[in-house]
Amino acid sequence: MGDKLLMKGNDALSEGAVRAGCRFFAGYPITPQNEVPEYMSWRMPQAGGAFIQAESEVAAINMLYGACATGKRTMTSSSSPGISLKQEGISYCAGADLPIFFANVARGGPGLGNIAGAQGDYFQSVRGGGHGDYRTFVMAPGSVQEMGNFPLHCYEVAEKYRVPAMVLADGVLGQMMEPLEFTFPEVDPQKLREPDWALGASTGRKKRAVRSYALAEGKLEIMTLDRAQRYKQIEEREVMFETRQCDDADLVLVAYGTSARACAAAQKLARAEGLKVGLFRPITLWPFPKKALLELAGRVDSFLVVEMSLGQMIDDVKLAVECSVPVHLHARCAGAIPTGEDIFQQLQAVLKAGKGECICCK
Amino acid sequence: MYQGIRISGFGGQGIISSGILLAYAGMLDGKNVSFFPAYGAEMRGGTANCSVVVSSEEVTTPVVSQPDTVIIMNEPSLAKFEPLLKPGGLMIINSSLVNSRPKRSDIKVVLIPCNEVAAELKAPRIANMAALGCFCRHTGALSVEAVAKAMPKVFKRAKPEMLALNVAALRKGAEFN
Repeated sequence: MGDKLLMKGNDALSEGAVRAGCRFFAGYPITPQNEVPEYMSWRMPQAGGAFIQAESEVAAINMLYGACATGKRTMTSSSSPGISLKQEGISYCAGADLPIFFANVARGGPGLGNIAGAQGDYFQSVRGGGHGDYRTFVMAPGSVQEMGNFPLHCYEVAEKYRVPAMVLADGVLGQMMEPLEFTFPEVDPQKLREPDWALGASTGRKKRAVRSYALAEGKLEIMTLDRAQRYKQIEEREVMFETRQCDDADLVLVAYGTSARACAAAQKLARAEGLKVGLFRPITLWPFPKKALLELAGRVDSFLVVEMSLGQMIDDVKLAVECSVPVHLHARCAGAIPTGEDIFQQLQAVLKAGKGECICCK
Repeated sequence: MYQGIRISGFGGQGIISSGILLAYAGMLDGKNVSFFPAYGAEMRGGTANCSVVVSSEEVTTPVVSQPDTVIIMNEPSLAKFEPLLKPGGLMIINSSLVNSRPKRSDIKVVLIPCNEVAAELKAPRIANMAALGCFCRHTGALSVEAVAKAMPKVFKRAKPEMLALNVAALRKGAEFN
């Protein structure tokens, strides 16, 4: 602990999960997340855990359902097409209140797409993904350091509220190397308290069941409403975001993950020219930092959302700011990565346009 | 101080390991660094390349779109990276394998026969180290010593005599003007 390491994002994510107490990993290879199962294949046995290269993504997520039902910290990971395959199982885990942890090191889509980094899985991540009425706690790291830190936070939130939690990264964050330090105390899974719903060898206690179905009339609604209470608590307590130089800003860039890194480059260019540009980076994508954005909307002329998709998070930004100021979009998609220079060009145009009317109300 | 670097060549020329080595050396030197490889199908036979940032300030984007320095290890890389280089930027060309010359006149060009340097040391695989030595000399972003210090950390399984040859190639490379 405390040593500065130069690590790939995918390796940092894996090591972060192990240090957070994960002792069961099941996965299936896909670029650009292949380093995760590769790392886990030696690290899990070393830590006394289990690694399984499953026969498919569907098998892996269902193995997680079983392993997580014993109350242990578990993980699976994949990239976009593989995450689509896992959605049925994720929905089952959500329905069974299982705090699984998974990561999507997203790539260009739809379909098989390509293997470059992309953010086209935003809707899938924050709007459910699988069938049914559920939410997933979604964290978007912006650095290798955060790739290493976020698994622990995901486990803690997932277990507190009994919801699935995920890290939504992309190919750039997975493949890049940066220095990082693991500063949090390593979790000894033996010392974690066994949850009161966990399955295992019966010791004369009351019978327990982990399941996502309830056929008796009205029962499923009661279960769902109980879960909705927890969703509400998450929205009230677990929002995370970062702001940079927003206090005096006329224009605020809104971006997460790799896009936010490009925005930081653009912001630097803008500030060097004396332009008052801020940067707002959502860290939790669900719950989305709605209140903070609405508050900011009262002080700025406009927002420029930067995404590696056709524009998905922009919907949440618009909902958050309630059409009070114009929300513009800079979009690269299908594996293309925005550059600081391109964003800088567009933000100059947006600044020139000034406050004006809301674009969608025009 | 900020250095955005692109290194480009054939898969197998040590493009990726050169990038990791520079990033590691920068980290040991107390700088902020990032490394980002172009990964995937293009590595097989085609052009492999990577982005490295070494900076005294925070590293923003790890994808270097307007490099301060490009290291061109094979012919196809020249056409690909000449247009991206910043005006006034540095282009290091492996003249052993690259016959063409850049058309731009607003950049600094250093020619170095990396493969010959490596062949003289009877270690043809370390042509990349000659290029890195040349990079150290002409940018001042990192010292040859810093890169040499990072070597055993990055090439963990390399024998001491191989590491010594790598350092020798670095030093040779740093002699080219």
